[in-house]
Amino acid sequence: MAKTTRTILICSGKGGVGKTTLTANLGIALANSGASTAVLDADFGLRNLDLLLGLENRIIYTAQDVLDNNCRLDQALVRHKLEPNLALLPAGDPRMLDWMKPDDMKRISKLLSEKFDYVLVDCPAGVEDGFKNALAACSEAIIVTNPELSAVRDADRVVGILNTCDINPIQLVINRVRPNMMANQEMLSIEDVTSILSLPLLGIVLEDEQVIISTNKGEPLTLTGKNSPASKCYLNISQRLNGEDVPVIDPNSQNKSLKDKFMRLMQTKIF
Amino acid sequence: MTLRDLINKLLGRETASANTARERLQLVLAHDRVDMSALSTDLLDKMRKEILDVVAKYVEIDFEEVAVSLETEDRMTALVANLPIKRTISGEIKLKNIEKKSK
Repeated sequence: MAKTTRTILICSGKGGVGKTTLTANLGIALANSGASTAVLDADFGLRNLDLLLGLENRIIYTAQDVLDNNCRLDQALVRHKLEPNLALLPAGDPRMLDWMKPDDMKRISKLLSEKFDYVLVDCPAGVEDGFKNALAACSEAIIVTNPELSAVRDADRVVGILNTCDINPIQLVINRVRPNMMANQEMLSIEDVTSILSLPLLGIVLEDEQVIISTNKGEPLTLTGKNSPASKCYLNISQRLNGEDVPVIDPNSQNKSLKDKFMRLMQTKIF
Repeated sequence: MTLRDLINKLLGRETASANTARERLQLVLAHDRVDMSALSTDLLDKMRKEILDVVAKYVEIDFEEVAVSLETEDRMTALVANLPIKRTISGEIKLKNIEKKSK
């Protein structure tokens, strides 16, 4: 039963760039495409993935309980009601006394790989122990960043560490993209960020108020099938991750007015 | 430089902030990436001495002209040593540079 499970680290270095939102939406989108998917919240100090998925009231056990033989893996997995292909596993409890170690994470990811096609590991912010634990469980990575100085700098730091580990491929997602600001050259462009980090671009996510609304409700955008800009982007990323030959969404496809076209002309590199 | 930058320059206006961001980022990353290689000057000095000792066993080096440094490009850091050779130990006179590179 050699099943090839892809265990993917979703990390950023900096906090608040959209790791957890990406994990939730990508998880739902992959599950929706028919792949059995587990999302593992490796941030046990400050876990939030359960909230974004609307599963916060259904957690009874954690990965720690599985490792301690307090329960079976099936008991700890929280299946999503509307998307049964998706299961959430929180790594631990905020009140937990002894913290997990990299070997524990490896054991958990091995258990999950027997059951799932995809395991998405939502990594805590920072480059310390929590990050290194999460890293130990994974074989590939998605770096999430914003087109903004501090986020890109921290992402670069993380790439530096991942390059010394056995992680391949490392792909980039640029979140909270504002096409108008980019057209006005008041925001780092997609090309700027990808070339500075020298990573292959998996996708972009457009800035979208619907993300906040969906978080309020605990229903990821990809679940409700809303035709919002960010929702399309998450879907695009899941397809590309799945190996489908679709192009990255063009941020400029949103700008169709004459003014936007003019602004794009002004971006033309002359030397 | 983009068309917009050119117009801004001609009109004496400030350039767009994305350019400033890009330049600042490139500068700070160049710094961060060198730090990552974690080779202090002390360590580099020690390494230089040991490399010279080994090479000096076989050839006579022009110590005045020796240069050992770290060069970083993209995400790769290379140790570059330039050791001009005066002559081989056997007495043959050669004036040639050897270059050693390692990741």
